[in-house]
Amino acid sequence: MKVAIPSALRSYTEAAEAQARGATLAELLADLDRGYPGIRFRIVDEQDRIRRHIRIFVNGSQARDLAQPLV
Amino acid sequence: MARTQGTRAGARRVSLLVGTRKGAWLLHADAARKTWRVDGPHFLGHVVHHLALDPRDGRTLLAAAKTGHLGPTVFRSTDRGKRWKEAAKPPAFARATDGANGRAVDHTFWLTPGHASEPGVWYAGTSPQGLFRSEDGGVSWAPFSPVNDDPDYRSWMGTVQDGTPDGPKLHSVIVDPRDAKHLYFGMSGGGVHESVDGGGSFRPLIKGLEVVHGFDGATPTAHDPHCIRLCPGNPNRLYQQNHCGIYRIDRPSDTWVRVGRSMPKRVGDVGFPMVVHPRDADCAWVFPMDGTDVWPRVSPGGKPAVYATRDAGKTWQRLDSGLPKQQAWWTVMRQAMCADAHDPVGLYFGTTGGELWMSRDEGRRWQGIARHLPEIFAVEAALFA
Repeated sequence: MKVAIPSALRSYTEAAEAQARGATLAELLADLDRGYPGIRFRIVDEQDRIRRHIRIFVNGSQARDLAQPLV
Repeated sequence: MARTQGTRAGARRVSLLVGTRKGAWLLHADAARKTWRVDGPHFLGHVVHHLALDPRDGRTLLAAAKTGHLGPTVFRSTDRGKRWKEAAKPPAFARATDGANGRAVDHTFWLTPGHASEPGVWYAGTSPQGLFRSEDGGVSWAPFSPVNDDPDYRSWMGTVQDGTPDGPKLHSVIVDPRDAKHLYFGMSGGGVHESVDGGGSFRPLIKGLEVVHGFDGATPTAHDPHCIRLCPGNPNRLYQQNHCGIYRIDRPSDTWVRVGRSMPKRVGDVGFPMVVHPRDADCAWVFPMDGTDVWPRVSPGGKPAVYATRDAGKTWQRLDSGLPKQQAWWTVMRQAMCADAHDPVGLYFGTTGGELWMSRDEGRRWQGIARHLPEIFAVEAALFA
C-alpha cells in the first residue's frame, strides 16, 4: 500500500511516497524498515511505542496503536 | 596522546569536532592553528550531542544525533565526514516484558572510543541513563554491563525529575589507558561509578563528594557529577567538575578532595566542563558559571573566564584576556571545552551563544574562531590520520 513520507524521513526513502505491505501498522512498519533500514526506529521506540512527537495517520485518521489493522 | 609541536612543519593538524543544537561542523586548522577551514553543516537540523574521532584509526567519526521529532541514532563516517552512514542498530534499551514500563533512549549523549587494545570497541552514555557498547566500530550497539537493569542502579538513576532539565545523562565514560577493564562513568544525577572487571560490575565512587544541602550524601542519587576527566599524564589522577564543586582524586584513594574551595568566592566552583592537560597532571582548566539561587547557568556577572590550576587545585588563576569584559551571558556545556596535545597546549570552547573560542597558549590569551553557530553542545580536538 502507499505510505506518504514526511520531509523529515525522506533521507531514507528519497521520495515522498513509498510502498510497503502488512495486515497491521506494526507489520507495515516492519516491511517499510526492510526497504529503508533505520526508518522504523526514528518513528517507534524500542518498547514499540510511537514516539512522542510522531503522528501516524491511516486513511486520514490518527493511529495510536501498532496493532491497528490496516483494512 | 602523542606530543605534537604546533609550529613544526609536518605536524599533525588539529581538527575541531563541533556538535550543536542544529547540526555538526568540522573545523580544520593549519599547522600553526591560526586559520581554520570550516566544513559543515553536517546533519543540519539534527541535535548533535557529541561527535568523536577514533584515535586508534584516526579516521572513524561517530556522531550522536536526533531531531526534535525523530528518534535518536548514531551516524558513522570513515572518510573525515565526507559521507555518513547510519548505525544499523543504534543504542536502545532491552525490550521490557511489560512494554508500557520499558525505557526508551531519548538521545545518545556521550561517545567514548574503547581501549587501544580493543579496536572497534566504543561506549555510549544516554538519556535516560544507560550504558551501551559497540564492538564493530559503532555500527551496532547493545546494552553494556548490568547497570541498565540492576535494581540498585535503577534506583540511583532516579527518574527524569532527578536529572538535568534536558533529561538525566550518563556521561564521562572513561577507559583507563593502562587497563581496558578499568572503567569509570558519571550520572547526572546518580554519582560516579567504577568497574575493574570490564563492566561486569560497577560500584559507586562518591566518597568526599558534597551534595545539595538537605540531601543524603551516602545515596548515589543525590550526587551530580557534571564532567570527569582522567589525566593522560598520570592515569591515577582524575578531576571532576560537580554540581557541588571541583574535585580531584588520586587513586588508589577512594576519596575525592574538593579543590574548588580555593576558587574566588565571588565566582564559586560550579560549572560544567573539566579539562586536563595532556601531559602535566597538576594542570587543569574549568569554566565557572553562576550556580546561585535559581541556577542561571551563565558566566558569573556576565564576565566569562577560564580558571586554571598548575598545582593540582591548590590555587587557581583567572584567564580572561581576549574574552568579553562585560554583558556576556553565555556559558559552556560539559562536552564543549577541550585541549589539544600541542606544546603549548591549545584550549578550545564553544558557547551556548554559538561562539567558538581558542587559546594557543594554554589560556593566557583567547580569540574567537567562529560566531553565529547554533548553541554548542560539544567540542572535541582531534588528529585525523
